[in-house]
Amino acid sequence: MIKLLRQSPLSARIGMGILLFNVFLALFASVIAPYEETSVVGDVWESFSGNFFLGTDHIGRDLFSRMIYGARNTVALAFVTTVLSFLIGSSLGFIAAVKGGWVDQMLSRIIDAIMAFPTLIFALMILSVVGSSIPTLITTIAILDSTRVYRLSRAVAMDIEVMEFVEAARLRGEGLWWIISQEILPNAIPPLMAEFGLRFCFVFLFIASLSFLGLGLQPPLADWGGMVRENAGAITFGIYTPLIPAAAIACLTVGVNLIVDWLLHLSSGLQD
Amino acid sequence: MKNILLLICKRIGASLITIFVISLIIFIGVELLPGDVAETVLGQSATPETVEAFRKELKLDLPPHVRYATWLNHFVHGDFGNSLANKRPVAELVNWRLSNTLLLAMVTAFIAVPLSIFLGILAALYRNTLFDKMISITTLSFISFPEFFIAYVLIALFSVQLNIFPSLAIIDDNMGFFNKLYAIILPSLTLTCVVTAHMMRQTRAAIINVLGSAYIEMAEIKGIRGFRIIVYHAFPNALSPVINVVAVNLAYLVVGVVLVEVVFVYPGLGQLLVDSVAKRDLPVVQASGLIFSIAYIFMNLAADILSMLANPKLRQSNF
Amino acid sequence: MDNLLKIKNLNIEGFYEDRWQPIVHNINLELKRGEVLGLIGESGAGKSTIGLAAMGYTRQGCRIASGSINIEGIELYDASEEDLRLVRGSKIAYVAQSAAASFNPSHRVINQYVEAPVQHGLMAYDEAEKEAIDIYRRLFLPTPETIGLRYPHELSGGQLQRAMVAMAMSCKPDIIVFDEPTTALDVTTQIEVLAAVKEITETMNKAALYITHDLAVVAQVANRIMVLRNGRLVEEGETRQLIKKPKEAYTRELLNVRNLRQEKSISDKMDVILKVRDLKATYTGRENVLEDIDLDVRKGRTVALVGESGSGKSTLARVITGLLPAICGSINFLGQEIPLDFKTRDKDTLRRLQMIYQMPDTALNPRQTVRKIIGRPLKFYFGIKGREAEERIRELLTKIELDPDTYIDRLATELSGGEKQRICIARALAARPDLIICDEVTSALDQLVGEGILDLLQDLQNKTNISYLFITHDLATVKAIADKIVIMLEGRIIEQGDKKEVLTPPHHEYTDKLLASVPEMDPDWLDNLLDKRLSTFI
Repeated sequence: MIKLLRQSPLSARIGMGILLFNVFLALFASVIAPYEETSVVGDVWESFSGNFFLGTDHIGRDLFSRMIYGARNTVALAFVTTVLSFLIGSSLGFIAAVKGGWVDQMLSRIIDAIMAFPTLIFALMILSVVGSSIPTLITTIAILDSTRVYRLSRAVAMDIEVMEFVEAARLRGEGLWWIISQEILPNAIPPLMAEFGLRFCFVFLFIASLSFLGLGLQPPLADWGGMVRENAGAITFGIYTPLIPAAAIACLTVGVNLIVDWLLHLSSGLQD
Repeated sequence: MKNILLLICKRIGASLITIFVISLIIFIGVELLPGDVAETVLGQSATPETVEAFRKELKLDLPPHVRYATWLNHFVHGDFGNSLANKRPVAELVNWRLSNTLLLAMVTAFIAVPLSIFLGILAALYRNTLFDKMISITTLSFISFPEFFIAYVLIALFSVQLNIFPSLAIIDDNMGFFNKLYAIILPSLTLTCVVTAHMMRQTRAAIINVLGSAYIEMAEIKGIRGFRIIVYHAFPNALSPVINVVAVNLAYLVVGVVLVEVVFVYPGLGQLLVDSVAKRDLPVVQASGLIFSIAYIFMNLAADILSMLANPKLRQSNF
Repeated sequence: MDNLLKIKNLNIEGFYEDRWQPIVHNINLELKRGEVLGLIGESGAGKSTIGLAAMGYTRQGCRIASGSINIEGIELYDASEEDLRLVRGSKIAYVAQSAAASFNPSHRVINQYVEAPVQHGLMAYDEAEKEAIDIYRRLFLPTPETIGLRYPHELSGGQLQRAMVAMAMSCKPDIIVFDEPTTALDVTTQIEVLAAVKEITETMNKAALYITHDLAVVAQVANRIMVLRNGRLVEEGETRQLIKKPKEAYTRELLNVRNLRQEKSISDKMDVILKVRDLKATYTGRENVLEDIDLDVRKGRTVALVGESGSGKSTLARVITGLLPAICGSINFLGQEIPLDFKTRDKDTLRRLQMIYQMPDTALNPRQTVRKIIGRPLKFYFGIKGREAEERIRELLTKIELDPDTYIDRLATELSGGEKQRICIARALAARPDLIICDEVTSALDQLVGEGILDLLQDLQNKTNISYLFITHDLATVKAIADKIVIMLEGRIIEQGDKKEVLTPPHHEYTDKLLASVPEMDPDWLDNLLDKRLSTFI
């Protein structure tokens, strides 16, 4: 593991640096941030100063503090959602691949139907019906996103499943649990690791987009997508406040994508 | 030839079923609303009488399957009901906005498709050179950026700093075509960046895949010129995957307009959908959601059929 | 006569593990008009690399480090791309192993024939087209006038391979490189292609390099043979001379006719451990891929199941193991009727019937160590754990002739093909089975490695009286190991019996064709066969 990290290319190291920095901010948000998440401490859209490193927002809250709390809220939410989506998607995908037959058929048809629906539109419609709260947000996005995880893990598991060592295990009389956990999972991890990164990016961007549309995390919670929306008006006055949270989102996704690229490269290399 | 026709018919049939299922989901979704649409919309201050009257108006007193049949029947005939927010017919609202959205999508496709195929081919031909790596990093970044980030950077650059394009894409019917084009230049540029990045990467991968085939090596060994290998041997086989890539990305484009329309306050269908979701204007949400879905499914259908037709393995010598 | 091709001190390097490493060392080679030179060797011998280098071509990740390649006075080593292009196709042409992959799926076969002469400016389209039809006829392709109008996927494997031989002739080059042109084909189809090669090299007086791993095949077509190993020349000589009196030990090993089996009697009194009756099976539910299969395997004996691709021999293995449950019929194993579906068989039945696969690469989980692979059946079937398991694993490794200390903690990915196949045997043995089904266990391995595996299996049978059902397409293997032979064609058993009985005439018509198609280590074999066929044909 350490050897792998030492061999990693510069791009992947930059990506890991960005990711670790964000995780650090998220974990110690309340210690680092100079002001409270929601307290109004200055004037509207003050520019950078010693008091306010990144200036203030549209109602005079410290932007720097809100950026840090935003890291915590957005990153944590995206992470939890991705984990949930992976748990649902990969377990269903593996079961479909190993069981085959009608289980596979039924699951795959349902997933096809959901995937034929554009994700954003689907999410918007669900949120319009059930309203936007953190639990609904997590479940909605996790379920929608798990369809892609399902597709990939099913495909990966199918590729492994046709190999003779799995057949040998079946003929030995091994049960479903052994086949999934001992024969398939260890071989599926490299491609799924990369996919986890990709899905995280997607979920993260998706939540940011929903917040930007005013349908994600609700104010006064600090959240990067929402902060872009709140401060959007500033841009026409030549004040670049909304670009700061937008750039933070871009930076984190680029970072994760750099790691993903490296992982994809690794897992394709491992197959040779 | 018969086989292909059969395959295409099957694929079209599957899409029709999907559209039907989606209409059902959209309808049931609204049904599942806790309580009742009437109560939700009118709020808690409403008197039982007004709620009752409203229920009548929405025909909520009829059984669900009858309402679904009427709703679908009306939808097919272009009658989407009335907006809850301003009581105007939904069709009226949707029509104008749909044409605006299509204009934006088409202008974008017009720039993005040739651009990304051109860049994709170049990157594949000069793979692993500095040029390829630069393109790769640029496109990776564009894929990672949220649309609104690209949009605000473009606004900051072109309308705040340079002041050459408007930051709000306001159009109306009295404007000439070129004025409209001028108004939507920044939103379509934003979309172009995103779509081109995806399309170009996939085009590159598809072409590299073809260039690695044994028949390309065979052509080289036969002493065929490089240019002819690309045009005669690689291109016909790359066509099918590239067509698929283009169509799938255009499907994405149809949905990708939502965010960009909101940033530029562009009067399109996406903006309408987002507004209606916020206002819980359900008939409008239903109609625009279904239109988006149909467009998306249709583009995916086109992707599959076109790449099926371009697949060389399906060619027959007619013997 | 002057040399057409002259290669001197050729060194080729490959890029792996982050540096350039030599893969072909100092090869010298000369080829005269009308001469066929056979390049023979196992995988990694560098024979294909040399074949391509003769055209001044290297695959990605390889480069010609030094040496000289001279074709009719033109030096290719430092030639420009344009000069190379002019030589390729027109003066020297190439026939690849997989015709299916080497034909462009988008264009008709004849257009791909015509392309090279037209592009080299040698002929007009119409003229080239006429010649194509002529050569299709000479290579015995059916309906030569119209076959070229088809797309590659509309031709069979043997036809496509002959169409590619024809395509190589399109510019009338002086030299042709044949790179394993028959390896992917069945033996009966192989004859057609070999006849086509013979037609071209003898009647048209071309020079050729013929690359293969099969000495018997190369003996039919080559005048001279070079034996290669790990990119180095082992031995070179006239074909007859080399076959009769090989100088090097390695060549002798390759030439060794396998006869591992002392005759064992099969009496009717011996225990029948597997008795299959009236089996039928289907994949689609419509047509049956297996029909009326009756088969007996006796204790301590080997039954060889022979057939070409599509004969249903591997399907039969899947049916007996229960992976593809038969739709009717019965399987009696060790005196008991067992269920047709493996899911309903009990653990003990599963244990007593083990399987070894064709591809050792995919038969072992790449994430598991040897200890886990062999230890699992011990624990699963017998509950053996800890120290005792460790001892049993070591014992098994010794049995399959691998050193326990070196191998016990290796991952499957850290083993060579032959070692992997040995581990597969150990895994099967760990279950203490009564019957092992061996599905083409040597066909993915190099000749000598494969023979090692056969030796081992034979040895184990002598010691433990285990039975084998041996599935193969290779009749030489059959002759070497079988007690009883079962011949399959299109899902049916067409002939079965004791080895002697099946191998001595009179045969079933198909058995005859099959046996006659296996090349013998006799340079005159193909000529005699073709003469015979021609005379019976007339």
